[in-house]
Amino acid sequence: MTVAPSTPMERLPEKPVSRSREIWQTLIANRLAVAGLVVLALLVLMAVLAEVIAPFGINDIDIPNRLTGPSMSHWFGTDDLGRDVLSRVIIASRVSLQVGFIAVGFALAFGVPIGLVAGYYRGKTDSILMRLMDILFSFPAILLAIAILAVLGPGIRNAMVAIGLVYTPIFARITRGSVIVVSEEVYIRAARSLGARDGRIIFRHILPNVLAPIIVQTTLSLAFAILSEAALSFLGLGVQPPNPAWGRMLAEGRNFFQQAPWMGIFPGVAILVTVMSFNFVGDGLRDALDPKQKSVIESRGQSV
Amino acid sequence: MSEPLLEVSDLQVYFPVYGKGLVPRHINDVKAVDGVTFQVGRGETLGLVGESGCGKTTTGLAVLRLIEPTGGSVVFDGVDLSTLDKRDLRLLRKRMALIFQDPYASLDPRMSIGAIVGEPLEIHRLTQTRADRDDRVGELLELVGLSPDYRNRYPHEFSGGQRQRVGIARALATEPDFIVCDEPIAALDVSIQAGIMNLLEDLQDELGLTYIFIAHDLSAVQHFSDRIAVMYLGRVVEVADRVALYETPQHPYTAALLSAVPVPNPAVQRTRQRIILEGDVPSPLNPPSGCSFHQRCPKAFEPCPHVDPALRTTKRDHDVACHLHDPALSGAAGA
Ligand SMILES: Nc1ncnc2c1ncn2[C@@H]1O[C@H](COP(=O)(O)OP(=O)(O)OP(=O)(O)O)[C@@H](O)[C@H]1O
Ligand SMILES: [Mg+2]
Repeated sequence: MTVAPSTPMERLPEKPVSRSREIWQTLIANRLAVAGLVVLALLVLMAVLAEVIAPFGINDIDIPNRLTGPSMSHWFGTDDLGRDVLSRVIIASRVSLQVGFIAVGFALAFGVPIGLVAGYYRGKTDSILMRLMDILFSFPAILLAIAILAVLGPGIRNAMVAIGLVYTPIFARITRGSVIVVSEEVYIRAARSLGARDGRIIFRHILPNVLAPIIVQTTLSLAFAILSEAALSFLGLGVQPPNPAWGRMLAEGRNFFQQAPWMGIFPGVAILVTVMSFNFVGDGLRDALDPKQKSVIESRGQSV
Repeated sequence: MSEPLLEVSDLQVYFPVYGKGLVPRHINDVKAVDGVTFQVGRGETLGLVGESGCGKTTTGLAVLRLIEPTGGSVVFDGVDLSTLDKRDLRLLRKRMALIFQDPYASLDPRMSIGAIVGEPLEIHRLTQTRADRDDRVGELLELVGLSPDYRNRYPHEFSGGQRQRVGIARALATEPDFIVCDEPIAALDVSIQAGIMNLLEDLQDELGLTYIFIAHDLSAVQHFSDRIAVMYLGRVVEVADRVALYETPQHPYTAALLSAVPVPNPAVQRTRQRIILEGDVPSPLNPPSGCSFHQRCPKAFEPCPHVDPALRTTKRDHDVACHLHDPALSGAAGA
C-alpha cells in the first residue's frame, strides 16, 4: 500500500509546547498557589516525620508546668495537663491529613464512577443515581456527618466514612456535568464508529477529558474535609482522647482561653494554614487547567 | 451501477421533541431524515448534496447505525443492519468507517497521534504485539502523507489538513471497504482542500473503497462522484449518474443548485441563468404539506401543495421526486 502524498508534508515545530508544561508554568506564576504548594509540602513532610520532629511525647503529662506560655523549651506553651502544645500540633497534623486524604479518596472512589455512569448512560440510571446524590447533598454537610456518626458511633474511622459520604455527591455532580459535555464531543462519536465498547469510551476517552475539574475539586475538598474533621473532633465525634487532633485541641483550649490562649490559637492557626493552602493550590490549579472558570473566592463574592 | 454494496430504503430518523414540565410530553418530531432511498455500488462514490440542515450528516450516521433509525432499512453487503445485535454490529464496524467534517473536534485531544491511529487496531485486535501495532501505525501515517515520527505528537500540534490526514489514517486502519466522508474538506483552508481530495481519490483507486461523499454544494462533488443524490429537507429529491445530473437535471431544486456552480467555460457561464430560490428552507419540525419544496419552487403547479411526490425512476438510473416528471400528471405541467 503506497500512495504518494498528495501535498508535500508540512513541517512541525521542533519543540512543541506541551500542555502539562503550560499548566505547570501557569501554576507557578501564581504566587499564592506556590506558597500553598510549599506549605503543603512542608506539612506532609512534618506529618511523615512527626514522631522524629516532635520535641516531647504527646502524652507527657507535667502538672507542675501546666498552662505555661510559649518559651524556649515549649515553643507553643503547655496545656492544662502540662503537655507540650507544639508536639501535639505536630502529631495531630498526621491525623488531619490522613482523614482528609482518606475521606476524599472515599468520595472520589464512589462519586466519580457514579458521575461517569449517570452522565454517560443518562435516562433512568441517571435519574435514580442523581436523586440519591441530591438527597445526600440537600443536608448541610456537617449535620449529615454528625447524623452518620450518630448511627455509626464516634471515632476516627467512622469520621472518615462520614466525611467521605458527605463529599461523594459533589464529585458525582461535577463528574456527571463534565461527562455530559464530553459525551457530545465528535471524538466520542469517532470512537463509537470504530467499534469501541462503552468501557473503552468511558475510561479511555471520557475520563481523561473530565479529569481537570475533578483534580481541582479534589484539592478544594481536601481543605473542606480537613475542616470537617476539625469540626467533628471539636464536637467530640472524631478523634478520641488522649490522641490529639486540631479540632479537639481547639475545643479543649476554649475552656482556658483567658488564661492560656496559646492552647487554642496554635491548633487554630494550623487548621487555617492547611485549609488556606489547599484552597490556594486548588484555585491555582483551576486557573491553570481551565482559565474560563472562576475561582472559589470570585464566585463566592458574586453569590453574596 | 455495479452490484450495490449499500442499499438504503425509506430511511427515517426522527428526533423527538419533548415539552417542558414535570413529566415531559412527547410533542413533536424533528424529521431530520424522512424517507431516504439510494444505493451505492461497490467501489463507487455516491455524492450526497444538499443545503445545511437537510439531514446529510444524520443520513450518514444512520447508515452506519451510529444513531438508531426510526424506520426504513440499511442493507450492507447483503446484511440488513437492523438484524444485527450489538456485538455483530461492532464487528462489522471494521468494514465501515467515518471521516468527519471538523478535524479539530474529531481527534481526542488527550491521545497521541499513534494512539488515535492505533485504536481501531486495538479494538479489533488486528495486531498482536506492540511493535506490530507501531509498524502498522507508521505505515498508515505514511499512506496519508504524514511522517511516522509524528506518532508521539498530540493533535493540537497539527494543522487542520494534517489532522484530517490523521482522521483518514484512523479510518483506514481496519482496511474498511466503505467510508462515509462527511464534508471532509469543508472546514479546511482552500489551499489544502485539493490535497485532501486527491488523497481520498488516490486511496479509493488504490484500495477499492466505496464512498458516500457528503457536501453542501454540487461543485465539491462534481469530479469525484459516480452518482449524486440531492437532498432537500430530509428527502432525496433526485439521484442520478453524475453526467446525467449535470446535463439533464430534472428536479427544479437540482437545477437551482446547478445554476450556482461556476462553469469554467465563460461562454456557457454567460448564457447560463442563475436561478435564485426565494424564501428559506422550511423547518424539519413542521415540513410543508405536499412536496416540501413547493413554496420555493419556480415551477410549482396544482398538485404540488397537496400531494407528496414519490421518488420514481424516469430514465435509466435516474430517479426524481417531482410531479413535473410524473407521466400521469405531465399534461397538467404545461407551465
Ligand atoms: N441530535 C439531534 N436532536 C435534534 N435534532 C437534530 C439532532 N441532530 C440533528 N438534528 C436536526 O436534524 C436536521 C438535520 O441535521 P443534519 O446535521 O443531518 O444536517 P446536515 O445536512 O448534515 O447539515 P450541515 O450541512 O449543517 O452539516 C437539522 O434540522 C438538525 O437541527
Ligand atoms: Mg452535516
